[in-house]
Amino acid sequence: MKPKNELENQGESVENHPYIPNELWVKCPVCKNPVLSSDLSENLKVCPNCSYHFRLGARQRIEITVDSGSFEEFDADMMSTNIIDFPDYTRKLKNAKLNSGENESVITGKARIGGCEAVIAVMNSQFMMGSMGTVTGEKITKAFEYATEYSLPVIVFTVSGGARMQEGILSLMQMAKTSGAVKRHSDAGLLYITVLTDPTTGGVTASFAMEGDIILSEPKALIGFAGPRVIEQTIRQKLPKDFQSAEFLVEKGFVDRVVPRKEMKEMLTRLLILHGSVPAVQESDETDTQKEGDEQ
Amino acid sequence: MSAFDSVTAARANDRPTAIDYITRIFGDSFIELHGDRRYADDKAVIAGVAELGGRAVTVIGLEKGRNLKERMERNFGSAHPEGYRKALRLMKQAEKFHRPVICFVDTSGAYCGIGAEERGQGQAIAENLMEMMTLKTPILSILIGEGGSGGALALAVADEVWMLENAIYSVISPEGCASILWKDPTKTAEASECLKLTSQDLFKLGVIERIIREPKTADSIMFDSFKTLISQTIDKLSAADTEAMLNKRYNRFRKF
Repeated sequence: MKPKNELENQGESVENHPYIPNELWVKCPVCKNPVLSSDLSENLKVCPNCSYHFRLGARQRIEITVDSGSFEEFDADMMSTNIIDFPDYTRKLKNAKLNSGENESVITGKARIGGCEAVIAVMNSQFMMGSMGTVTGEKITKAFEYATEYSLPVIVFTVSGGARMQEGILSLMQMAKTSGAVKRHSDAGLLYITVLTDPTTGGVTASFAMEGDIILSEPKALIGFAGPRVIEQTIRQKLPKDFQSAEFLVEKGFVDRVVPRKEMKEMLTRLLILHGSVPAVQESDETDTQKEGDEQ
Repeated sequence: MSAFDSVTAARANDRPTAIDYITRIFGDSFIELHGDRRYADDKAVIAGVAELGGRAVTVIGLEKGRNLKERMERNFGSAHPEGYRKALRLMKQAEKFHRPVICFVDTSGAYCGIGAEERGQGQAIAENLMEMMTLKTPILSILIGEGGSGGALALAVADEVWMLENAIYSVISPEGCASILWKDPTKTAEASECLKLTSQDLFKLGVIERIIREPKTADSIMFDSFKTLISQTIDKLSAADTEAMLNKRYNRFRKF
């Protein structure tokens, strides 16, 4: 059984949680058209017919975002343990590692984006739905502390069902811990950009996801504090269709811009440069050309 | 007492609420202040200024209400974003006037509803966490009943966090935990044990500094000694150098 926490069900309706089998054809959950899986991969996992953004693994996200060969990972070996002896957590962690091929729900490191140096953290929906445990919080906190020390901008791609129930109150404390690190980075006058991806909810929304100087989102991403199911149970009525979509949050004033996946790298590069990053020209030219070639 | 006994006690209808503590500790000196200056006044948060041991303090409480009418008015202590923004406004005010902040936390959680989402519940909580971490005045947070997840933490990023003996503090309600773990929301007793949400558990985990013993009935002796303890702690926290205090606050949460 797949591990779950309180808020992770919400993204798993048929529309929002496509399962991509390792087969030739994939059916787009929105436009229902079949897409050749190789075409989908070449198109950054965006449906060529309706532009639906399929979920992207953290490694792939890094690959399409940073200049090739520039990523240096931090704390790759850091692993969660069953600290409060929670039932079944040890097994769930083991499964999460097998499912995702990763040690935790976030990958952190340093890279160049369009030639600009930045610290990045990319959450992974394949690891317990990106839930935030102590190691998740620790890796993010350390990434911010590193960026503060070396005066670097931070870019965080969020995807999360919220705090990780299996670590009890210690997972809640990660919200305060990460927020403290973000604040120190911010007080040092450094840039923090968050990129919200589908879904971003719970304790992550109520901490570092909403603390960016600039908050971007992928199209149609579900973003909220409480998940739609929890809200529907509380108010006993159905929610409007696009409630808590990225576009809805732009309308309500909580997200700066919706940026399609294909334009994300360029947008991040432009923002980094406008905030004082100096691109290392020779490297970025080469990788950008290569990237464009890849996208054809 | 089992973990579930604490859950039951923390939620009991006759348990003192924030207003009781404010009345008994600060008496007539409490002046309530209203509104977040952004949208509305959220009655789930009661806040204002008061006097304690000859010192001006800012007092903020999550208030559940003491009877059905009050509970409806106060949304059972579940704040909307404007409640957290009112709290932050008054914390910033406290910083400006060099007043310590005392928070009383009692909520099943931040409200989950359409308006709360539209007005940025997540953003409101996140901003409090960030700003409280560097607020240049002492903060003492006391969990008096339920400490429900992010909605409680938004008033508990403090220099010291205390809990009443039978208060609880948890990342998720026992019902929510049980329905996820066993697909059975009635297994709250088992879930309560798993979550390590009692004051004793949290003291062992280093999440709180102090457990406040509860008498069988909330009598005046308990409030008198409690008031003295708060006053002494505020004196101690206020005596520290601000930068050292903020470093200590950062490291208090950094260790988890």
